[in-house]
Amino acid sequence: MNIVEKILARASNRNVVSPDEVIFANIDKVMVHDVSGPGVLKVFDKLKKQGVNVEKLWDPSKVWVAEDHFVPSAEKISAENIVKLQNFTKTYGIEKHFKYGMGQYGICHTLSHEEALVLPGEVYVGGDSHTNTTGALGAFACGLGHTDIAYVLLNGRIWFKVPETLYFKLNGKLPDHVMAKDLILKIIGEIGTDGANYKTMQFGGSGIDEMTVESRLTLCNMTTEAGAKNGIVEPDQKTVDYLQMRGASNFNLVKGDSDAEYSKVYEFESSEMEPIISKPFSPENTVIVREAPTVDLDKSYIGSCTGAKYEDLEAAAKILKGRQVKIRTEILPAAISIYKRAMENGLIKIFLDAGATVGPPTCGACCGAHMGVLAKDEICVSTTNRNFPGRMGHVESQTYLSSPLVAAASAVTGKLTDPRDLN
Amino acid sequence: MKGKVIKYAKDNIDTDVIIPGQYLKIHDYKELASHAMEGLDPDFHSKVNEGDFILSGKNFGCGSSREHAPIALSNSGIKAVLALSFARIFYRNSVDGAFLLPIEIDEKTYQNISEGDELEIDIKSNTIQNITQNKTYPMKPFSEIIRKIIESGGLFNYDLD
Repeated sequence: MNIVEKILARASNRNVVSPDEVIFANIDKVMVHDVSGPGVLKVFDKLKKQGVNVEKLWDPSKVWVAEDHFVPSAEKISAENIVKLQNFTKTYGIEKHFKYGMGQYGICHTLSHEEALVLPGEVYVGGDSHTNTTGALGAFACGLGHTDIAYVLLNGRIWFKVPETLYFKLNGKLPDHVMAKDLILKIIGEIGTDGANYKTMQFGGSGIDEMTVESRLTLCNMTTEAGAKNGIVEPDQKTVDYLQMRGASNFNLVKGDSDAEYSKVYEFESSEMEPIISKPFSPENTVIVREAPTVDLDKSYIGSCTGAKYEDLEAAAKILKGRQVKIRTEILPAAISIYKRAMENGLIKIFLDAGATVGPPTCGACCGAHMGVLAKDEICVSTTNRNFPGRMGHVESQTYLSSPLVAAASAVTGKLTDPRDLN
Repeated sequence: MKGKVIKYAKDNIDTDVIIPGQYLKIHDYKELASHAMEGLDPDFHSKVNEGDFILSGKNFGCGSSREHAPIALSNSGIKAVLALSFARIFYRNSVDGAFLLPIEIDEKTYQNISEGDELEIDIKSNTIQNITQNKTYPMKPFSEIIRKIIESGGLFNYDLD
Protein backbone atom coordinates (compact mmCIF):
# COMPACT_ATOMS: atom_id res chain seq x y z
CA MET A 1 0.00 0.00 0.00
CA ASN A 2 1.06 3.61 -0.53
CA ILE A 3 1.09 6.11 2.34
CA VAL A 4 -2.53 7.26 1.84
CA GLU A 5 -3.84 3.69 1.68
CA LYS A 6 -1.90 2.84 4.85
CA ILE A 7 -3.28 5.84 6.73
CA LEU A 8 -6.86 5.16 5.59
CA ALA A 9 -6.58 1.43 6.36
CA ARG A 10 -5.46 2.19 9.92
CA ALA A 11 -8.25 4.80 10.32
CA SER A 12 -10.94 2.39 9.12
CA ASN A 13 -9.65 -0.61 11.13
CA ARG A 14 -8.80 -2.63 8.04
CA ASN A 15 -5.66 -4.46 7.09
CA VAL A 16 -5.79 -3.39 3.48
CA VAL A 17 -7.69 -0.82 1.44
CA SER A 18 -7.54 -0.15 -2.29
CA PRO A 19 -8.63 2.69 -4.58
CA ASP A 20 -12.40 3.17 -5.09
CA GLU A 21 -13.27 1.24 -1.93
CA VAL A 22 -15.72 3.15 0.30
CA ILE A 23 -14.64 3.34 3.92
CA PHE A 24 -15.72 5.11 7.08
CA ALA A 25 -12.55 6.62 8.53
CA ASN A 26 -12.08 7.58 12.17
CA ILE A 27 -10.91 11.16 12.31
CA ASP A 28 -7.89 12.34 14.32
CA LYS A 29 -8.25 16.13 13.96
CA VAL A 30 -10.91 18.57 12.81
CA MET A 31 -10.70 22.28 12.04
CA VAL A 32 -13.42 24.90 11.60
CA HIS A 33 -13.02 28.63 10.98
CA ASP A 34 -15.23 31.71 11.03
CA VAL A 35 -16.94 30.73 7.76
CA SER A 36 -17.35 26.99 8.22
CA GLY A 37 -18.05 27.26 11.99
CA PRO A 38 -21.25 29.31 11.66
CA GLY A 39 -22.14 27.05 8.70
CA VAL A 40 -21.83 24.00 10.94
CA LEU A 41 -23.99 25.69 13.60
CA LYS A 42 -26.67 26.21 10.96
CA VAL A 43 -26.57 22.45 10.27
CA PHE A 44 -26.80 21.79 14.03
CA ASP A 45 -29.93 24.00 14.16
CA LYS A 46 -31.54 21.98 11.37
CA LEU A 47 -30.64 18.72 13.13
CA LYS A 48 -32.06 19.94 16.44
CA LYS A 49 -35.40 20.57 14.73
CA GLN A 50 -35.30 16.99 13.46
CA GLY A 51 -34.76 15.73 17.01
CA VAL A 52 -31.05 14.88 16.65
CA ASN A 53 -29.01 15.33 19.80
CA VAL A 54 -26.34 17.95 19.14
CA GLU A 55 -25.47 18.77 22.74
CA LYS A 56 -22.08 17.06 22.78
CA LEU A 57 -19.24 16.71 20.33
CA TRP A 58 -17.60 13.34 19.91
CA ASP A 59 -14.25 14.66 21.21
CA PRO A 60 -13.66 18.41 21.73
CA SER A 61 -9.93 17.79 22.35
CA LYS A 62 -9.54 16.81 18.70
CA VAL A 63 -11.14 20.00 17.40
CA TRP A 64 -9.45 23.34 16.82
CA VAL A 65 -10.84 26.65 15.68
CA ALA A 66 -9.37 29.57 13.73
CA GLU A 67 -10.59 33.12 13.19
CA ASP A 68 -9.16 33.99 9.80
CA HIS A 69 -11.49 34.77 6.90
CA PHE A 70 -13.24 37.90 8.09
CA VAL A 71 -10.87 39.27 10.74
CA PRO A 72 -10.53 42.08 11.57
CA SER A 73 -14.30 42.40 11.14
CA ALA A 74 -15.20 44.89 8.43
CA GLU A 75 -18.92 44.89 9.15
CA LYS A 76 -21.45 43.78 11.75
CA ILE A 77 -22.30 40.39 10.30
CA SER A 78 -18.65 39.28 10.39
CA ALA A 79 -18.29 40.49 13.97
CA GLU A 80 -21.39 38.50 14.87
CA ASN A 81 -19.95 35.38 13.23
CA ILE A 82 -16.86 35.70 15.46
CA VAL A 83 -19.11 35.96 18.52
CA LYS A 84 -21.00 32.84 17.33
CA LEU A 85 -17.71 31.00 16.94
CA GLN A 86 -16.60 32.00 20.44
CA ASN A 87 -19.92 30.85 21.92
CA PHE A 88 -19.55 27.61 20.00
CA THR A 89 -16.15 26.79 21.51
CA LYS A 90 -17.35 27.78 24.99
CA THR A 91 -20.52 25.69 24.75
CA TYR A 92 -18.76 22.58 23.49
CA GLY A 93 -15.58 22.89 25.56
CA ILE A 94 -13.13 23.32 22.70
CA GLU A 95 -9.88 24.65 24.13
CA LYS A 96 -7.82 25.21 21.01
CA HIS A 97 -9.36 28.42 19.67
CA PHE A 98 -6.96 30.87 18.03
CA LYS A 99 -8.50 34.29 18.51
CA TYR A 100 -7.77 37.42 16.54
CA GLY A 101 -6.04 39.94 18.81
CA MET A 102 -5.07 37.40 21.47
CA GLY A 103 -1.54 36.13 20.90
CA GLN A 104 -0.96 33.51 18.26
CA TYR A 105 -3.62 33.47 15.57
CA GLY A 106 -3.56 33.32 11.79
CA ILE A 107 -4.82 31.51 8.73
CA CYS A 108 -6.12 28.06 9.70
CA HIS A 109 -3.81 26.13 7.35
CA THR A 110 -0.78 28.08 8.55
CA LEU A 111 -1.63 27.36 12.19
CA SER A 112 -1.95 23.66 11.38
CA HIS A 113 1.81 23.51 10.78
CA GLU A 114 3.11 26.49 12.81
CA GLU A 115 1.47 25.04 15.92
CA ALA A 116 2.06 21.38 14.97
CA LEU A 117 -1.67 20.72 15.34
CA VAL A 118 -1.61 17.87 12.83
CA LEU A 119 0.92 15.04 12.92
CA PRO A 120 2.25 12.50 10.40
CA GLY A 121 -0.04 9.54 9.79
CA GLU A 122 -3.19 11.31 11.04
CA VAL A 123 -6.50 11.74 9.25
CA TYR A 124 -7.28 15.46 9.39
CA VAL A 125 -10.36 17.13 7.95
CA GLY A 126 -11.10 20.85 7.83
CA GLY A 127 -14.00 23.01 6.76
CA ASP A 128 -11.95 24.62 4.03
CA SER A 129 -10.74 23.44 0.63
CA HIS A 130 -7.07 24.24 1.29
CA THR A 131 -6.97 21.77 4.18
CA ASN A 132 -4.84 19.79 1.67
CA THR A 133 -1.91 22.02 2.75
CA THR A 134 -1.11 19.99 5.85
CA GLY A 135 -0.56 16.77 3.90
CA ALA A 136 3.00 18.09 3.53
CA LEU A 137 3.61 16.79 7.07
CA GLY A 138 2.70 13.24 6.01
CA ALA A 139 -0.94 13.30 7.12
CA PHE A 140 -4.09 12.57 5.11
CA ALA A 141 -5.52 16.11 5.04
CA CYS A 142 -8.74 16.79 3.19
CA GLY A 143 -11.28 19.63 2.92
CA LEU A 144 -15.00 19.08 3.56
CA GLY A 145 -18.21 21.15 3.60
CA HIS A 146 -20.38 22.16 6.59
CA THR A 147 -22.64 19.10 6.62
CA ASP A 148 -19.70 16.71 6.55
CA ILE A 149 -17.82 18.63 9.25
CA ALA A 150 -20.97 18.67 11.40
CA TYR A 151 -21.19 14.90 10.92
CA VAL A 152 -17.55 14.47 11.95
CA LEU A 153 -17.97 16.69 15.02
CA LEU A 154 -20.87 14.55 16.24
CA ASN A 155 -19.70 11.09 15.14
CA GLY A 156 -15.91 11.21 14.86
CA ARG A 157 -15.89 9.57 11.45
CA ILE A 158 -16.83 10.20 7.82
CA TRP A 159 -17.06 8.28 4.56
CA PHE A 160 -14.34 8.42 1.93
CA LYS A 161 -13.76 6.72 -1.32
CA VAL A 162 -10.11 5.59 -1.15
CA PRO A 163 -8.44 7.77 -3.79
CA GLU A 164 -6.19 6.74 -6.64
CA THR A 165 -2.74 8.26 -6.23
CA LEU A 166 -0.89 10.30 -8.81
CA TYR A 167 2.81 10.29 -7.98
CA PHE A 168 4.89 13.34 -8.92
CA LYS A 169 8.59 12.55 -9.00
CA LEU A 170 10.54 15.78 -8.75
CA ASN A 171 14.15 15.63 -9.88
CA GLY A 172 16.74 17.96 -8.42
CA LYS A 173 16.96 21.10 -6.34
CA LEU A 174 15.04 24.17 -7.48
CA PRO A 175 17.24 27.00 -8.78
CA ASP A 176 17.55 30.07 -6.49
CA HIS A 177 15.12 32.21 -8.49
CA VAL A 178 12.45 29.50 -8.54
CA MET A 179 10.11 28.53 -5.68
CA ALA A 180 7.75 25.64 -4.96
CA LYS A 181 4.93 27.90 -6.15
CA ASP A 182 6.42 28.02 -9.65
CA LEU A 183 6.70 24.25 -9.67
CA ILE A 184 3.12 23.60 -8.60
CA LEU A 185 1.79 26.15 -11.10
CA LYS A 186 3.75 24.33 -13.78
CA ILE A 187 2.19 21.01 -12.69
CA ILE A 188 -1.36 22.45 -12.64
CA GLY A 189 -0.72 23.99 -16.06
CA GLU A 190 0.09 20.52 -17.37
CA ILE A 191 -2.62 18.42 -15.72
CA GLY A 192 -5.37 21.08 -15.55
CA THR A 193 -7.73 22.23 -12.78
CA ASP A 194 -9.48 18.85 -12.83
CA GLY A 195 -6.36 16.82 -13.53
CA ALA A 196 -6.39 15.25 -10.06
CA ASN A 197 -10.13 15.38 -9.35
CA TYR A 198 -11.01 12.87 -6.57
CA LYS A 199 -7.35 11.76 -6.46
CA THR A 200 -4.29 12.07 -4.25
CA MET A 201 -1.28 14.03 -5.46
CA GLN A 202 1.83 12.61 -3.81
CA PHE A 203 5.19 14.33 -4.21
CA GLY A 204 8.55 12.60 -3.95
CA GLY A 205 12.00 12.32 -5.47
CA SER A 206 15.22 14.23 -4.92
CA GLY A 207 13.38 17.52 -5.49
CA ILE A 208 11.35 16.82 -2.34
CA ASP A 209 14.40 15.62 -0.37
CA GLU A 210 16.06 18.96 -1.10
CA MET A 211 12.97 20.99 -0.31
CA THR A 212 12.08 22.70 2.98
CA VAL A 213 8.90 21.71 4.79
CA GLU A 214 7.45 25.15 4.02
CA SER A 215 7.98 24.60 0.28
CA ARG A 216 6.30 21.20 0.53
CA LEU A 217 3.38 22.96 2.22
CA THR A 218 3.08 25.25 -0.81
CA LEU A 219 2.93 22.23 -3.15
CA CYS A 220 0.25 20.46 -1.11
CA ASN A 221 -1.76 23.67 -0.62
CA MET A 222 -2.16 24.08 -4.38
CA THR A 223 -3.19 20.46 -5.04
CA THR A 224 -6.70 21.77 -4.33
CA GLU A 225 -6.42 23.80 -7.55
CA ALA A 226 -5.94 20.59 -9.54
CA GLY A 227 -9.09 19.19 -7.90
CA ALA A 228 -7.19 16.76 -5.66
CA LYS A 229 -8.80 15.15 -2.64
CA ASN A 230 -5.47 15.58 -0.86
CA GLY A 231 -1.79 16.27 -1.37
CA ILE A 232 0.87 14.38 0.53
CA VAL A 233 4.61 14.08 1.09
CA GLU A 234 6.13 11.15 2.98
CA PRO A 235 7.62 12.37 6.26
CA ASP A 236 11.42 12.45 6.64
CA GLN A 237 14.00 13.91 9.01
CA LYS A 238 13.05 17.44 7.89
CA THR A 239 9.45 16.78 8.91
CA VAL A 240 10.59 15.46 12.28
CA ASP A 241 12.88 18.47 12.92
CA TYR A 242 10.13 20.88 11.85
CA LEU A 243 7.58 19.36 14.21
CA GLN A 244 9.98 18.96 17.12
CA MET A 245 10.94 22.62 16.89
CA ARG A 246 7.24 23.33 17.36
CA GLY A 247 6.86 21.16 20.43
CA ALA A 248 5.50 17.92 18.94
CA SER A 249 7.31 14.75 19.91
CA ASN A 250 4.99 11.77 19.98
CA PHE A 251 4.17 10.64 16.45
CA ASN A 252 4.63 7.77 14.01
CA LEU A 253 6.17 8.19 10.61
CA VAL A 254 3.90 6.32 8.20
CA LYS A 255 5.43 5.66 4.78
CA GLY A 256 4.35 3.70 1.75
CA ASP A 257 5.58 0.16 1.12
CA SER A 258 8.39 -0.36 -1.37
CA ASP A 259 5.91 -2.07 -3.72
CA ALA A 260 3.27 0.67 -3.32
CA GLU A 261 1.09 1.24 -6.36
CA TYR A 262 0.28 4.52 -8.07
CA SER A 263 -2.27 5.03 -10.82
CA LYS A 264 0.12 7.28 -12.71
CA VAL A 265 3.66 8.60 -12.28
CA TYR A 266 4.71 12.01 -13.57
CA GLU A 267 8.28 13.28 -13.68
CA PHE A 268 9.34 16.91 -13.48
CA GLU A 269 12.88 18.26 -13.70
CA SER A 270 12.66 20.69 -10.80
CA SER A 271 16.27 21.79 -11.29
CA GLU A 272 15.39 23.16 -14.73
CA MET A 273 12.29 25.14 -13.72
CA GLU A 274 11.71 28.78 -14.57
CA PRO A 275 9.54 31.37 -12.81
CA ILE A 276 5.92 30.86 -13.89
CA ILE A 277 2.64 32.72 -13.45
CA SER A 278 -1.01 31.81 -13.99
CA LYS A 279 -2.89 34.36 -16.06
CA PRO A 280 -6.53 35.25 -15.38
CA PHE A 281 -8.90 33.44 -14.95
CA SER A 282 -7.62 30.00 -14.02
CA PRO A 283 -4.65 28.52 -12.14
CA GLU A 284 -4.07 26.22 -15.15
CA ASN A 285 -3.55 29.21 -17.45
CA THR A 286 0.22 29.23 -16.99
CA VAL A 287 3.04 30.98 -18.83
CA ILE A 288 6.75 31.53 -18.16
CA VAL A 289 7.17 34.99 -16.60
CA ARG A 290 9.59 36.08 -19.32
CA GLU A 291 6.87 35.33 -21.88
CA ALA A 292 4.08 36.96 -19.87
CA PRO A 293 1.95 39.69 -21.43
CA THR A 294 2.99 43.28 -20.75
CA VAL A 295 0.40 44.69 -18.40
CA ASP A 296 0.41 47.66 -16.06
CA LEU A 297 -0.13 46.22 -12.60
CA ASP A 298 -2.09 48.07 -9.93
CA LYS A 299 -1.12 45.95 -6.98
CA SER A 300 1.14 43.25 -5.60
CA TYR A 301 -0.31 41.04 -2.85
CA ILE A 302 1.93 38.86 -0.71
CA GLY A 303 -0.38 36.97 1.62
CA SER A 304 -2.50 33.85 2.23
CA CYS A 305 -1.86 30.27 3.38
CA THR A 306 -0.14 29.68 0.04
CA GLY A 307 2.27 32.59 -0.08
CA ALA A 308 2.94 34.26 3.29
CA LYS A 309 4.85 31.68 5.31
CA TYR A 310 8.20 32.73 6.74
CA GLU A 311 10.27 31.65 3.74
CA ASP A 312 7.82 33.42 1.42
CA LEU A 313 8.42 36.67 3.32
CA GLU A 314 12.14 36.03 3.29
CA ALA A 315 12.04 35.65 -0.50
CA ALA A 316 10.09 38.90 -0.88
CA ALA A 317 12.53 40.70 1.44
CA LYS A 318 15.51 39.50 -0.61
CA ILE A 319 14.02 41.37 -3.58
CA LEU A 320 12.64 44.41 -1.77
CA LYS A 321 15.76 45.15 0.29
CA GLY A 322 17.06 48.56 -0.78
CA ARG A 323 14.45 48.92 -3.52
CA GLN A 324 11.20 50.88 -3.81
CA VAL A 325 7.80 49.56 -4.86
CA LYS A 326 6.16 51.21 -7.85
CA ILE A 327 2.64 49.89 -7.20
CA ARG A 328 0.41 49.33 -4.18
CA THR A 329 2.03 46.47 -2.29
CA GLU A 330 0.37 44.67 0.60
CA ILE A 331 2.19 42.09 2.68
CA LEU A 332 0.22 40.06 5.22
CA PRO A 333 2.15 37.41 7.17
CA ALA A 334 -0.01 34.30 7.49
CA ALA A 335 0.25 33.99 11.30
CA ILE A 336 1.40 36.07 14.25
CA SER A 337 4.34 33.71 14.87
CA ILE A 338 5.57 34.43 11.34
CA TYR A 339 4.92 38.16 11.75
CA LYS A 340 7.04 38.19 14.92
CA ARG A 341 9.90 36.31 13.35
CA ALA A 342 9.79 38.64 10.35
CA MET A 343 9.96 41.60 12.71
CA GLU A 344 12.79 40.20 14.81
CA ASN A 345 14.84 39.45 11.68
CA GLY A 346 14.33 42.87 10.12
CA LEU A 347 11.99 41.80 7.29
CA ILE A 348 9.16 44.11 8.31
CA LYS A 349 11.51 47.10 8.25
CA ILE A 350 12.68 46.11 4.76
CA PHE A 351 9.05 46.00 3.59
CA LEU A 352 8.16 49.35 5.14
CA ASP A 353 11.35 50.99 3.85
CA ALA A 354 10.46 49.74 0.36
CA GLY A 355 7.10 51.52 0.67
CA ALA A 356 4.92 48.43 1.12
CA THR A 357 2.13 48.17 3.69
CA VAL A 358 2.20 45.33 6.20
CA GLY A 359 -1.16 44.03 7.42
CA PRO A 360 -2.37 41.55 10.03
CA PRO A 361 -2.79 37.83 9.25
CA THR A 362 -6.12 37.25 7.48
CA CYS A 363 -7.58 35.43 4.48
CA GLY A 364 -8.88 38.90 3.63
CA ALA A 365 -8.40 39.87 0.03
CA CYS A 366 -7.31 36.41 -1.17
CA CYS A 367 -10.96 35.38 -1.29
CA GLY A 368 -12.27 38.87 -2.14
CA ALA A 369 -13.70 39.24 1.34
CA HIS A 370 -12.17 42.51 2.64
CA MET A 371 -8.82 44.14 3.50
CA GLY A 372 -7.78 45.23 0.01
CA VAL A 373 -10.22 43.87 -2.58
CA LEU A 374 -9.75 44.89 -6.23
CA ALA A 375 -11.78 47.48 -8.13
CA LYS A 376 -13.18 46.95 -11.65
CA ASP A 377 -10.35 46.58 -14.21
CA GLU A 378 -7.63 46.54 -11.56
CA ILE A 379 -4.80 44.07 -12.15
CA CYS A 380 -2.99 42.31 -9.33
CA VAL A 381 -0.02 39.95 -9.06
CA SER A 382 -0.58 37.72 -6.07
CA THR A 383 1.03 34.90 -4.11
CA THR A 384 -2.43 33.41 -3.43
CA ASN A 385 -3.97 30.26 -4.87
CA ARG A 386 -6.90 31.15 -7.16
CA ASN A 387 -7.69 33.66 -9.87
CA PHE A 388 -11.23 32.83 -10.97
CA PRO A 389 -13.41 35.79 -12.06
CA GLY A 390 -14.11 38.00 -9.04
CA ARG A 391 -11.92 35.93 -6.73
CA MET A 392 -10.09 38.95 -5.27
CA GLY A 393 -12.79 41.58 -5.74
CA HIS A 394 -14.70 42.97 -8.74
CA VAL A 395 -15.69 40.34 -11.30
CA GLU A 396 -13.84 42.41 -13.94
CA SER A 397 -10.62 42.65 -11.94
CA GLN A 398 -7.70 40.36 -12.85
CA THR A 399 -5.27 38.32 -10.81
CA TYR A 400 -1.96 36.80 -11.91
CA LEU A 401 -0.80 34.05 -9.53
CA SER A 402 2.91 33.96 -8.79
CA SER A 403 5.66 33.07 -6.34
CA PRO A 404 6.64 35.63 -3.67
CA LEU A 405 9.86 36.34 -5.61
CA VAL A 406 7.91 37.23 -8.75
CA ALA A 407 5.29 39.23 -6.80
CA ALA A 408 8.06 41.26 -5.13
CA ALA A 409 10.01 41.80 -8.37
CA SER A 410 6.79 42.87 -10.08
CA ALA A 411 6.05 45.28 -7.22
CA VAL A 412 9.37 46.99 -7.97
CA THR A 413 8.78 47.37 -11.72
CA GLY A 414 4.99 47.59 -11.91
CA LYS A 415 5.09 44.88 -14.64
CA LEU A 416 5.18 41.09 -14.43
CA THR A 417 8.85 40.51 -13.78
CA ASP A 418 11.22 37.55 -13.56
CA PRO A 419 13.38 38.15 -10.47
CA ARG A 420 16.51 37.56 -12.57
CA ASP A 421 15.68 40.61 -14.69
CA LEU A 422 15.78 43.18 -11.88
CA ASN A 423 18.65 45.66 -11.98
CA MET B 1 -38.43 15.27 -11.22
CA LYS B 2 -39.50 17.67 -13.94
CA GLY B 3 -38.11 21.10 -14.79
CA LYS B 4 -36.67 23.49 -17.34
CA VAL B 5 -33.01 23.83 -18.26
CA ILE B 6 -30.77 26.83 -17.70
CA LYS B 7 -27.68 26.12 -19.79
CA TYR B 8 -24.18 27.48 -19.14
CA ALA B 9 -22.19 26.07 -22.03
CA LYS B 10 -18.76 26.27 -20.42
CA ASP B 11 -16.34 24.23 -18.31
CA ASN B 12 -14.94 24.92 -14.83
CA ILE B 13 -17.80 26.96 -13.35
CA ASP B 14 -16.23 27.62 -9.97
CA THR B 15 -17.77 28.30 -6.58
CA ASP B 16 -16.39 31.87 -6.63
CA VAL B 17 -18.87 32.72 -9.40
CA ILE B 18 -21.68 30.55 -8.01
CA ILE B 19 -21.50 32.55 -4.76
CA PRO B 20 -18.74 35.21 -4.52
CA GLY B 21 -16.41 35.25 -1.48
CA GLN B 22 -17.80 38.45 0.00
CA TYR B 23 -21.03 36.54 0.82
CA LEU B 24 -19.35 33.75 2.79
CA LYS B 25 -20.20 35.63 5.99
CA ILE B 26 -23.90 35.11 5.23
CA HIS B 27 -25.59 31.99 6.57
CA ASP B 28 -29.21 32.85 5.86
CA TYR B 29 -30.16 30.46 3.05
CA LYS B 30 -32.65 32.81 1.37
CA GLU B 31 -30.21 35.68 1.36
CA LEU B 32 -27.49 33.44 -0.09
CA ALA B 33 -29.92 32.39 -2.82
CA SER B 34 -30.45 36.04 -3.77
CA HIS B 35 -26.73 36.19 -4.75
CA ALA B 36 -26.57 32.84 -6.60
CA MET B 37 -24.59 32.88 -9.87
CA GLU B 38 -23.88 36.58 -9.35
CA GLY B 39 -20.33 36.23 -10.65
CA LEU B 40 -21.44 34.73 -13.95
CA ASP B 41 -25.04 35.57 -14.78
CA PRO B 42 -26.72 38.66 -13.29
CA ASP B 43 -30.01 37.56 -14.97
CA PHE B 44 -30.08 34.19 -13.20
CA HIS B 45 -32.89 35.24 -10.87
CA SER B 46 -35.16 36.44 -13.65
CA LYS B 47 -34.70 33.05 -15.39
CA VAL B 48 -34.91 30.53 -12.57
CA ASN B 49 -38.10 28.82 -11.42
CA GLU B 50 -38.67 26.28 -8.67
CA GLY B 51 -37.66 22.82 -9.92
CA ASP B 52 -35.30 23.99 -12.68
CA PHE B 53 -32.04 22.33 -13.66
CA ILE B 54 -28.64 23.80 -14.53
CA LEU B 55 -26.74 22.23 -17.43
CA SER B 56 -23.01 22.80 -17.74
CA GLY B 57 -19.67 21.39 -18.93
CA LYS B 58 -16.89 19.69 -17.04
CA ASN B 59 -15.57 20.26 -13.50
CA PHE B 60 -18.69 22.09 -12.28
CA GLY B 61 -18.24 23.60 -8.80
CA CYS B 62 -14.45 23.64 -8.70
CA GLY B 63 -12.54 25.78 -6.21
CA SER B 64 -13.60 26.58 -2.68
CA SER B 65 -15.28 24.04 -0.39
CA ARG B 66 -18.04 26.53 0.47
CA GLU B 67 -21.30 24.69 1.06
CA HIS B 68 -22.85 28.10 0.32
CA ALA B 69 -22.68 27.09 -3.37
CA PRO B 70 -25.15 24.17 -3.43
CA ILE B 71 -27.17 25.98 -0.73
CA ALA B 72 -27.53 29.12 -2.89
CA LEU B 73 -28.52 27.10 -5.97
CA SER B 74 -30.91 24.83 -4.10
CA ASN B 75 -32.63 27.73 -2.35
CA SER B 76 -33.01 29.45 -5.73
CA GLY B 77 -35.12 26.49 -6.84
CA ILE B 78 -32.49 24.38 -8.64
CA LYS B 79 -33.17 20.68 -8.06
CA ALA B 80 -30.32 19.18 -10.05
CA VAL B 81 -27.17 20.16 -11.89
CA LEU B 82 -26.39 18.17 -15.02
CA ALA B 83 -22.73 18.36 -16.00
CA LEU B 84 -20.00 16.46 -17.83
CA SER B 85 -18.17 16.18 -14.49
CA PHE B 86 -18.11 17.71 -11.00
CA ALA B 87 -15.43 18.94 -8.62
CA ARG B 88 -15.32 16.64 -5.62
CA ILE B 89 -16.32 18.91 -2.73
CA PHE B 90 -19.28 20.45 -4.59
CA TYR B 91 -20.46 16.94 -5.45
CA ARG B 92 -20.13 15.73 -1.86
CA ASN B 93 -21.77 18.81 -0.37
CA SER B 94 -24.73 18.55 -2.75
CA VAL B 95 -25.38 14.93 -1.80
CA ASP B 96 -24.45 14.81 1.89
CA GLY B 97 -26.46 17.98 2.63
CA ALA B 98 -29.31 16.81 0.33
CA PHE B 99 -29.35 20.17 -1.44
CA LEU B 100 -29.53 19.04 -5.07
CA LEU B 101 -28.67 16.12 -7.34
CA PRO B 102 -25.34 16.25 -9.20
CA ILE B 103 -25.97 14.28 -12.38
CA GLU B 104 -23.19 13.28 -14.74
CA ILE B 105 -24.07 13.16 -18.41
CA ASP B 106 -22.15 12.40 -21.59
CA GLU B 107 -20.92 14.85 -24.21
CA LYS B 108 -23.69 14.00 -26.70
CA THR B 109 -26.43 14.66 -24.16
CA TYR B 110 -24.72 17.90 -23.11
CA GLN B 111 -24.60 19.12 -26.71
CA ASN B 112 -28.15 18.01 -27.45
CA ILE B 113 -30.01 19.69 -24.58
CA SER B 114 -30.85 23.37 -25.16
CA GLU B 115 -31.65 26.27 -22.87
CA GLY B 116 -35.32 26.15 -21.90
CA ASP B 117 -35.85 22.44 -22.72
CA GLU B 118 -38.18 20.68 -20.31
CA LEU B 119 -36.66 17.51 -18.83
CA GLU B 120 -37.88 14.71 -16.67
CA ILE B 121 -35.15 12.98 -14.66
CA ASP B 122 -35.65 9.49 -13.32
CA ILE B 123 -32.83 8.37 -11.04
CA LYS B 124 -34.33 4.88 -10.67
CA SER B 125 -33.98 4.07 -14.37
CA ASN B 126 -31.01 6.45 -14.83
CA THR B 127 -32.69 8.22 -17.71
CA ILE B 128 -33.35 11.80 -18.69
CA GLN B 129 -36.34 12.45 -20.87
CA ASN B 130 -36.32 15.61 -22.98
CA ILE B 131 -40.03 16.42 -23.20
CA THR B 132 -39.45 19.40 -25.50
CA GLN B 133 -37.43 17.41 -28.05
CA ASN B 134 -39.06 14.03 -27.39
CA LYS B 135 -35.73 12.30 -26.76
CA THR B 136 -34.31 10.11 -24.01
CA TYR B 137 -30.71 10.23 -22.73
CA PRO B 138 -28.77 8.09 -20.26
CA MET B 139 -27.32 9.50 -17.04
CA LYS B 140 -24.32 8.01 -15.26
CA PRO B 141 -25.67 5.86 -12.40
CA PHE B 142 -24.72 7.02 -8.90
CA SER B 143 -22.17 4.90 -7.05
CA GLU B 144 -23.65 2.73 -4.33
CA ILE B 145 -22.79 4.97 -1.38
CA ILE B 146 -24.04 8.09 -3.16
CA ARG B 147 -27.29 6.37 -4.16
CA LYS B 148 -27.86 5.24 -0.57
CA ILE B 149 -27.22 8.71 0.86
CA ILE B 150 -29.56 10.28 -1.73
CA GLU B 151 -32.29 7.73 -0.99
CA SER B 152 -31.88 8.39 2.75
CA GLY B 153 -32.26 12.15 2.28
CA GLY B 154 -28.71 13.15 3.19
CA LEU B 155 -25.77 11.89 5.23
CA PHE B 156 -27.41 12.42 8.61
CA ASN B 157 -30.33 10.17 7.66
CA TYR B 158 -28.10 7.48 6.22
CA ASP B 159 -27.94 4.48 8.50
CA LEU B 160 -24.35 3.32 8.65
CA ASP B 161 -25.03 -0.12 10.04
